[in-house]
Amino acid sequence: MSAPSQTSEIAVPTATAAQFVPALRNAAAAGLVAFGLSFPIISYHAQSNINNELVVTARWPLSFGIAALVFAFVFLRQMARADWRIWFDRVGSIAAGGMGGALVQAAREGEGTARPSAARLAFGRYVGPFMLGLVILFPLIALGLLGPGGALKWINNYGVQIMIYVMLGWGLNIVVGLAGLLDLGYVAFYAVGAYSYALLSTTLGLSFWVCLPLAGILAAMWGVILGFPVLRLRGDYLAIVTLAFGEIIRMVLINWVDLTNGYAGISGIPHVSFFGIPFTDDDDGFAAIFHLPYTPIYRTIFLFYLILALALLTNFVTVRLRRLPIGRAWEALREDEIACRSLGINTTTTKLTAFALGAMFGGFAGSFFAVRQGFVSPESFTFIESATILAIVVLGGMGSQLGVAIAAAAMIGIPELMRELDWMKRIFGEDFDPTQYRMLLFGAAMVIMMIWKPRGLVSTRLPSLFLKEQKAVSGDLVKEGHG
Amino acid sequence: MDNFLQQLINGLTLGSIYGLIAIGYTMVFGIIGMVNFAHGDVFMLSAFIALIIFMILTQILHLGSLPIAFVVVLVGAMALTALWNWAIERLAYRPLRGSFRLAPLISAIGMSIFLSNFVQVVQGPRNKPAPHLPNHVFNLAVGGTYDVTLSMRQILIMVVTVVLLAAFWYLVKFTSLGRAQRACEQDRKMAALLGIDVDATISITFVIGAALAAVAGVMFVIYYGVVSFSDGFVPGVKAFTAAVLGGIGSLPGAVLGGLLIGLIEVFWSSYFTTDYKDVAAFMILAITLIFMPSGILGRPEVEKV
Repeated sequence: MSAPSQTSEIAVPTATAAQFVPALRNAAAAGLVAFGLSFPIISYHAQSNINNELVVTARWPLSFGIAALVFAFVFLRQMARADWRIWFDRVGSIAAGGMGGALVQAAREGEGTARPSAARLAFGRYVGPFMLGLVILFPLIALGLLGPGGALKWINNYGVQIMIYVMLGWGLNIVVGLAGLLDLGYVAFYAVGAYSYALLSTTLGLSFWVCLPLAGILAAMWGVILGFPVLRLRGDYLAIVTLAFGEIIRMVLINWVDLTNGYAGISGIPHVSFFGIPFTDDDDGFAAIFHLPYTPIYRTIFLFYLILALALLTNFVTVRLRRLPIGRAWEALREDEIACRSLGINTTTTKLTAFALGAMFGGFAGSFFAVRQGFVSPESFTFIESATILAIVVLGGMGSQLGVAIAAAAMIGIPELMRELDWMKRIFGEDFDPTQYRMLLFGAAMVIMMIWKPRGLVSTRLPSLFLKEQKAVSGDLVKEGHG
Repeated sequence: MDNFLQQLINGLTLGSIYGLIAIGYTMVFGIIGMVNFAHGDVFMLSAFIALIIFMILTQILHLGSLPIAFVVVLVGAMALTALWNWAIERLAYRPLRGSFRLAPLISAIGMSIFLSNFVQVVQGPRNKPAPHLPNHVFNLAVGGTYDVTLSMRQILIMVVTVVLLAAFWYLVKFTSLGRAQRACEQDRKMAALLGIDVDATISITFVIGAALAAVAGVMFVIYYGVVSFSDGFVPGVKAFTAAVLGGIGSLPGAVLGGLLIGLIEVFWSSYFTTDYKDVAAFMILAITLIFMPSGILGRPEVEKV
């Protein structure tokens, strides 16, 4: 039996007249579809005038431009040589979802390999500690390079913000990545933690260090309460019910005005102190006691190390638990629930501990959020937050701690960087605001990442159980759980 | 009693809208087993498309006749929304067929975020008020504590819903397209072996779902007179609740669930409090999924090992 010839040998296309006509046809079809999609929604702009009447204004050039762009792109892609088409696809997805494409580029190497090369394993071994060192030194580097004034923004907007999501991602990773329970309402526990601290500190005057464990316990309790009814559900249904629970908690926060002050939220939450020493410019403040000139940056740096410590605690607990019977039960549950039950694993307690632990870390992160902002309102706990955290876990590669951290940095850091793109105003005019495209690109990036890299950025996993030596395996061999 | 009658009318009107959206969820779930999370935002998009087409007709083309405008808006919105959903399925879901099970759900969540923000970027974040239209109101019972009224709009919504549902029910039940759909629902591989174009059938399912969502979008604009980019999420979840309540995968179930959700929402707001009316819908969703996941008219799912 002769081996079938490779497709690449058959298709060595050069631009010929025979290719020209189908390419033109395809491109025309794509252009027409693009025009149809953009017809009323882009070509006309509906705006209210002063009398609150709707007025439409035509924007045909934009619509025609999009159609022409799609036409040219598809035509050139069809006419190009086969090995160039991949570049067209890459450029296309980068244009469609900027950071999605960039992430895919970073993740290209080692795709689909069951046994990664030695170099990649060594890279995998050292990249974690190296990044940890970099993160620990980050405030000092920023301070050294930019001075106290310039560093504040970087440590606060990038450092603290990203670390919160790293922690949330690691917390959700216990539920989704290890136990395989798809949770779309994780933000509920974040909210419980934030409101716990806000209410306990403003009404009872408890300090942050007392409230932090309390917030964690309360969130874990809610994890059990909300986890109990959904034990029987699987997959998509579990996702939808957890989403419903997340929304219910948010709506209760909005409507229970006596307790939560509704939409207005709770303000005046006490700020964090350095183990009792406040970060103020009073005589007994942090700067005065340590004989430093007063700047607000000390508090930010302290917050950064606080969230870093909390995140590392989450990571440490997760890594340790994976080696304990409960962690192995989680992973067994993810792989096959029926086999688990027949082997005598109590699936009820296994699922509930996963929910409770994940929720507890969400609660910690929530109370940190409250102490950092000094203000909480239901606005901060919408479904989009849940989706963002889930996206971070999935894009990072479910179950991979390093991948989640990288994905959090990319998903939070890149949209944040888009705020800095003031130079784009010079090209597109003054009313061009890059920040309004953040969520648009975020959504597109989620779709593109699923198509190109469904197993996440880190596509290898280290099994916790092995026969002779521990080998990294492809993420494709790991199940995503039945829910 | 008067209040009850009035709320019944309002609830059935609202329920018709939910039922139309719910069909899109139930058909897609039936055929590829995926919760099409972006369907609520497709509905919102269709409401925008309908509103803008109407504005073009009245402001730029100076069309005087309202019935003609209504038909053009309805057909135009259905066609364009169907094109959108076709493109979404082609770009975001079809490449993921055969990927791991959560991939389509996450892709759909991404699509949902994309669509609502796309509309926000191209049409602006503010509410879009529809122009004021004449609305004849019939008084059904005068003299009680309330006047029970039935407006032209409500009649229009219910009549159009019933007619279109009948048409699509015929399509799915008695045509070869419907048979192909049901075959794909049962066993996609076997259907493909018997010569059914599975990809095309799935595409058509999305197209039909979007067309019905567009009808709901037109009705939404007519009924509420205002639409904003964030209007997709909550009606979407409520319609999904309706699909689940009626039994996911069942067309009559989706309509029944829609009507029930509409009635429950209206009666809840009327007799208890409006503050928690969305909570009621979400609670029903959770309770249904936990205690009777096969819904009212659905078949119980058999787990194969």
